[in-house]
Amino acid sequence: MSLNPEYLKEERNQMWRAELRSKTKNKDRMLIDRVKMPELAAAIRVKHQDREVNMGLEQLQAQLEATRCMDCSNPTCIEGCPVSINIPKFIKYIEKGEILMAAATLKETNALPAVCGRVCPQEKQCESRCFYVDKLDKPSVAIGHLERFAADFERNSGASNIPETAAPNGIKVATVGSGPAALSFAGDMVKYGYDVTVFEALHEIGGVLKYGIPEFRLPNSVVDFELENLRKMGVKFETNYIVGRTSSFDDLREEGYKGFFIGSGAGLPRFMEIPGENYNGILSSNEYLTRVNLMGAATDDKDTPVLRGKNVAVIGGGNTAMDSVRTALRLGAQRAMIIYRRSEAEMPARVEEVKHAKEEGVEFMTLCNPLEYFADEKGRVKGMRLNRMGLGEPDASGRRRPMPIEGSEFELDVDLVVVAVGVSPNPLVPSCLPDLKVSKWGTIIVDEEKMQSSISEMFAGGDIVRGGATVILAMGDGRRAAENMHQYLQNKPNN
Amino acid sequence: MNKIIEKEYFSDKVVRLVVENPLIAKSRKPGNFVILRIGEDGERFPLTIAGADPVKGTITLVVQIMGVSSSKLVALEVGDSITDLVGPLGKPTHIGKIGTVLAAGGGVGVAPLLPIVEAFKKAGNRVITVIAARNKDLIILEDEMRKWSDEVIVMTDDGSYGRQGLVTAGMEEIIKREKVDECIVIGPAIMMKFASILTKKYEIPTQASLNSIMVDGTGMCGACRVTVGGKTRFTCVDGPEFDAHQVDFDEMLMRLGGYVQEEKKATEIYSQKL
Repeated sequence: MSLNPEYLKEERNQMWRAELRSKTKNKDRMLIDRVKMPELAAAIRVKHQDREVNMGLEQLQAQLEATRCMDCSNPTCIEGCPVSINIPKFIKYIEKGEILMAAATLKETNALPAVCGRVCPQEKQCESRCFYVDKLDKPSVAIGHLERFAADFERNSGASNIPETAAPNGIKVATVGSGPAALSFAGDMVKYGYDVTVFEALHEIGGVLKYGIPEFRLPNSVVDFELENLRKMGVKFETNYIVGRTSSFDDLREEGYKGFFIGSGAGLPRFMEIPGENYNGILSSNEYLTRVNLMGAATDDKDTPVLRGKNVAVIGGGNTAMDSVRTALRLGAQRAMIIYRRSEAEMPARVEEVKHAKEEGVEFMTLCNPLEYFADEKGRVKGMRLNRMGLGEPDASGRRRPMPIEGSEFELDVDLVVVAVGVSPNPLVPSCLPDLKVSKWGTIIVDEEKMQSSISEMFAGGDIVRGGATVILAMGDGRRAAENMHQYLQNKPNN
Repeated sequence: MNKIIEKEYFSDKVVRLVVENPLIAKSRKPGNFVILRIGEDGERFPLTIAGADPVKGTITLVVQIMGVSSSKLVALEVGDSITDLVGPLGKPTHIGKIGTVLAAGGGVGVAPLLPIVEAFKKAGNRVITVIAARNKDLIILEDEMRKWSDEVIVMTDDGSYGRQGLVTAGMEEIIKREKVDECIVIGPAIMMKFASILTKKYEIPTQASLNSIMVDGTGMCGACRVTVGGKTRFTCVDGPEFDAHQVDFDEMLMRLGGYVQEEKKATEIYSQKL
């Protein structure tokens, strides 16, 4: 789905881009150091669940950082972006000071730029393909920070520009779920002119962006603004609605829906199935984060409770584990620990999250694996037994396989444990569709190019297909599904 | 949507609500539950559906005041709306023609038992129902149960109505009297535990509808996990009904107490506000 090279070339050849390129010599661009994201001091931020850690760039900082970008003739960064943002174009608009145009460029292909600027693992995607990294062995242009800057600038300016949409074609399509995959699908389909309804099971739209990612990393107000943009483009939203249960797919077909995108996400949290794991005080990261983020359990005026711990162990090394352990610190933990069976090098979490967690005082117990939990007489967890691990040969994931070290067992006092070792696909939707082909893991099987399932008018993407992915990969799926469903519906007779 | 059409007090603490929700009224099946949220500060909590009228587009819920959320629900009057209501959730009861079904309901658990009794009766089974509560005031839906049962036995702990004794006494009497092919029990966890011990003794297949703590109710959080046959299962998507003889009721009772302190504190704060 990479952008058409002709379009890229044409855009790059525009007068303003050429002028900007000749204004500053490349060797001077290269002399500029990569910008540092201003951050709230660790001592302050650990006291506030709702204060964002990254504070965003000032305009001058952003323009200087944008000047580093050399506007390459072969912009490999774009290939690293799952939604194919025209990266040099938006960055050059920032350099020129036309920030709203930069924001509009982002929205050409990305329905949620303020979200992606905050939560994408840029170091593994666009930034890993930057000329600075590839050829100069220098830190890449801070593409993620700049994306966030442009999106925030637009939001704060009050002048939100709504992307153009094609004339309505009257064809109804639905998404099942309202997370990043579904929203990105919805954004593209509404641009093509479809009548899009987003169906969400929870009482809030946004999926993992709302229930999962904490305020200190992604404020809900940012998500709400992006949702409002989609609403203005014509996307309709229905909460408290489980497609397949509240109404059947056939009911919706009768109401005229011609296409469905299933982005119902990763339902079931995985546990390790070790002794004592069902004691009170041991919960999934989904539960912990949902209570705090979606239900506001950390504040007194909300009815939903959350258990607090003095010694909190979070099992896992992904972004969800980092979100959980940093939430525990903010809810008053004296000791907040990451327990991960591999080493830090294998951690799937974003580098920035690990850095932030360390600054905040999270203890990293890597190469450690839980074996068993102990509880007090009321059934509340009070301790755990672990062993230390060594790294063996690479396994199927390409990472070195952790192996228990004999005789290395030890015990740890814990009064709250958050298990963040991954999720399994949500069975709720597939179980309503006997004809839908699913893998043995329960993920929906799709044509990888088209994202089309075994039921031809049903497309799927995100965690329900991948089993566990990032926001941006889910969004890429949504875009691909939109493009291909559009073609499918246009070529289908009797529309 | 979700407007309260009727409200009836069965007792001080037990209320029947008829709620407008045409989609759920049409799609729900016996054994399904809904998740509710009352007000923007409310928590999400499950209630098993006690009946539905697809023509009128309503569902029936029966709620007992236990803590803050149930109090907030009961505080709603006819014409008010429930902020959020989603469903139907959970696997429906497996209804078939089995022969003789013994249905046992404890306290407010009698309400979700009613549509199951009705369905078993309509499927051509002989249905004997035991309804039990602490005292006469807490016995609910007796007439409705009589309509769909071949026989109804009422038990009260204090003997103020029906016969004195626990639900298990009524059940055992039937089991000793005639061949029972299947049991279904709904009620407080402790009641289901002892009912299950009883039917296990007589080797009668038994389904129990579990009332675990839930947050989302759609399989996402795992708060409702329960050990069934040595394996961890999620009440919301794998249940709520399970083979009672395989359920670890002691663990379930322990887990139901997981937020006792928080619930106590919240109830105190709520009652001070009133």
